[in-house]
Amino acid sequence: MKRRDFIKQSALASSLALVPNILNAFGNLSSKTLGGKKLVLIQLAGGNDGLNTIVPYTSDIYYSSRPKIAIPKSDILKASRSLGFNKELSIFKKLYDKGNLSIINNVGYPYPNRSHFRSTDIWQTASSSDAYLSSGWLGRYIDKYGKKPYSGIELDDSLSLIMKGNTVNGIATKNPAILYRNMQTPYFKKVLEYQGEENISKDNLGFLYKTMQEAESSANHIFQNTKNVESKVEYPKSPFAKQLKTTAEFINSDVGSKVHFISLGGFDTHTNQNAVQNKLLGIYSDAMDSFIKDLEQNDTFKDTLIVTFSEFGRRVKQNAAGGTDHGAASNVFIIGKKLKKSGFYNEDPNLSDLDDNGDLKYSVDFRTIYATILNKWLGVNDEEILDNSFSKLEFI
Amino acid sequence: MNAKHIQHLYLRAGFGISYDELSKLKSKSKKEIVANIFSDSEKVNLLELDLSELNSLKSELEQNKDKKKMMAIKKESRNKVNDFNYDWIERLNNPDSILREKLTLFWANVFVCRDNNIWFLQRYNNVLRKNALGNFGDFVKEIAKEPSMNKYLNNKQNVKQSPNENFARELMELFTLGIGNYSESDIKESARAFTGWSFNRDGDFIIKKKKHDYGEKTFMGKTGNFDGDDIIDIILEQKLSARFICTKIYTYFVNPKINNKYVEELTEVFYKDYNINNLMLYIFNSDWFYDEENIGAKIKSPIELLVGIKNIVPVSFNKPKQQIYLQKMMGQILLFPPNVAGWKGDKNWIDSNTLMFRLKLASILLNKGIINLDEKGDLEDSYDNYYKSRYKRGKFLKLDISWDEFDNQYSNASPSEMKDLLLVSEIDKDTEALLFNLKFDSKRDYCIQLMSIPEYQLC
Repeated sequence: MKRRDFIKQSALASSLALVPNILNAFGNLSSKTLGGKKLVLIQLAGGNDGLNTIVPYTSDIYYSSRPKIAIPKSDILKASRSLGFNKELSIFKKLYDKGNLSIINNVGYPYPNRSHFRSTDIWQTASSSDAYLSSGWLGRYIDKYGKKPYSGIELDDSLSLIMKGNTVNGIATKNPAILYRNMQTPYFKKVLEYQGEENISKDNLGFLYKTMQEAESSANHIFQNTKNVESKVEYPKSPFAKQLKTTAEFINSDVGSKVHFISLGGFDTHTNQNAVQNKLLGIYSDAMDSFIKDLEQNDTFKDTLIVTFSEFGRRVKQNAAGGTDHGAASNVFIIGKKLKKSGFYNEDPNLSDLDDNGDLKYSVDFRTIYATILNKWLGVNDEEILDNSFSKLEFI
Repeated sequence: MNAKHIQHLYLRAGFGISYDELSKLKSKSKKEIVANIFSDSEKVNLLELDLSELNSLKSELEQNKDKKKMMAIKKESRNKVNDFNYDWIERLNNPDSILREKLTLFWANVFVCRDNNIWFLQRYNNVLRKNALGNFGDFVKEIAKEPSMNKYLNNKQNVKQSPNENFARELMELFTLGIGNYSESDIKESARAFTGWSFNRDGDFIIKKKKHDYGEKTFMGKTGNFDGDDIIDIILEQKLSARFICTKIYTYFVNPKINNKYVEELTEVFYKDYNINNLMLYIFNSDWFYDEENIGAKIKSPIELLVGIKNIVPVSFNKPKQQIYLQKMMGQILLFPPNVAGWKGDKNWIDSNTLMFRLKLASILLNKGIINLDEKGDLEDSYDNYYKSRYKRGKFLKLDISWDEFDNQYSNASPSEMKDLLLVSEIDKDTEALLFNLKFDSKRDYCIQLMSIPEYQLC
């Protein structure tokens, strides 16, 4: 039987015994009742070299450790007396000058892990380096405060650990129309249309039906609220720019999404680092420029905090292949309108006091940044979500 | 033995049962059927790739000399790891011994490890296979000496002068006892016992005498010049260790909801001699294993789902890498566990995106379902590779579907027999009504429909 015939026949079948469905499991929730503050979290995946991003251009150790790949002073957009931006980050220099960027140096955690997978886990779950959690910190935020899958959207087609909660998960989509269409496939749709109001019994089976209903409802909600929203700002052509554009459409519409996650890959620069990293930072910076313009035009920049991290920084010393190996502490970027403390938030990286591997030591635990965002920006109980008490920082 | 119980047994001890096989077994007794499964699993059929063309590179892989050359070799090796993934799935579809293969898959998620060195990884995988039904103590001791595990948990860095506790910690937390059942001092002392445990170029175990701490250690109340094997013996003296493994076994083979009474029963059996074969035999011969509440209680892992569909309708991939895509979209790539704690399983497989994909899997495989979703890039990918798939993939999977084989098997099966064969869990009554009202032209279509409802996600 052809697919088309199946649809026809099952449509016929369904007219015989159509039961009222639960199309929108959530009813109508306006975005306003969910509060206005938004978070966009970006991972520079692969381990971004923080030292060639924010360059300690007066450090002799920097230049002597990296004879091949250190960025010459003349190429640096100088910001403080000792630190400057990689020239691909011209947009960031502008944000810095306006007081819309805070750079936190030396962010990491005790006993750093240098595996991409494990360190990504640690950053995404907010665990210590010897614990394994099966939920992400944004997922746990959704558990407690968002409650709906679309409260947390990952701009991708599958969901990362960061968005997985203990009872509710976020949802992944980089194209709401495709997500919606996939939920309209005959099998998916028909099964839901047949669902009566009565609850389904057994544990796991009931869980599957409930997840199905929520998925359909979320896809529908996201699609209906964004289908007429089209960003008026021109974005670059990169996939990352497309992800940010879609994020802007979520933020500038009534979707009511609170936290957003995007991963920009390619930063694992073991060889030929500078060409690769410069290209990536350019893509990152150019897309961010359009994104912020878009938010400004819609007056949502003031309600949006954009945070960029990487699972680790890289070794201070270059390797033999014109690249760098996996390191430890690195910098985190916070972008927001008129930050409470902008510019360089804390001390410069100390290249003369490295750990046994020759990596930067951390002075700011990444979870203090999370705690600050949860507590001061999203206005929720950070200790509950992080299952621990962390001191708060002063960037917001 | 009644058909439903046979199906339940075969779903847990293997990956389901075909119509023909089921028909043959119905007249036999439980004891006979169970005994048969075990005698089939006596032989060990290793899973091995032909690596002869790469053998000249083998010794270079673990040496850090020419960075560029090494990265090229690594890439070759990593491609072979993908090949091993395809072969493993193929093996799960066509096992000589279903129980040994099912247990191999289970142990791979207990002694979790990953390695891009295909020689080491392949030997590791076969250590799991060889010991799958053996003595648990011997098993742990062998695992502790494998080069892949040594690398994965940094035991190479564990030397007398500066012990690295990673392996000792995970040995107790994840492999044998569970968190909270040992002290920090136990970790420190046992880490010393594993110092200098290393491997040579061929991956064979060696002790680097200068790096091994031959001194006295005090571990779990005992004092002596312990080495790693002694530590493992002392761990297994703890009944908690038998309980820890039995809890994992019960969760995986019986029900994700623990029944303490039965776990205690199993612990008593297992603690006697740590014989895995006897433990499994006890489970499958017990009455409670066949209780209604255990049948269809588990959410299939992505691999169980994929292999299960292929068991009913054999498909082969013209582009093997598309199998990785499917695994990735569902959140379980064999040989690439997320971390040493492994996949959490059951409800953790499910979120909006994975469920949608899983419900669509039968259509994607068997009905030219359109693929419009991209997999994530890898953390080690270059930028171009990270986003490559977004432009390259066609709309459909490239497959050969053996519908003929299906037709041969199922021509005699009635629709209600088909339904009973594919769905073991209770069926939601609204969906039952949908199935009743569905019209279908062929058994092929009905089969796809049955595989597309939530009940098929359970086993």
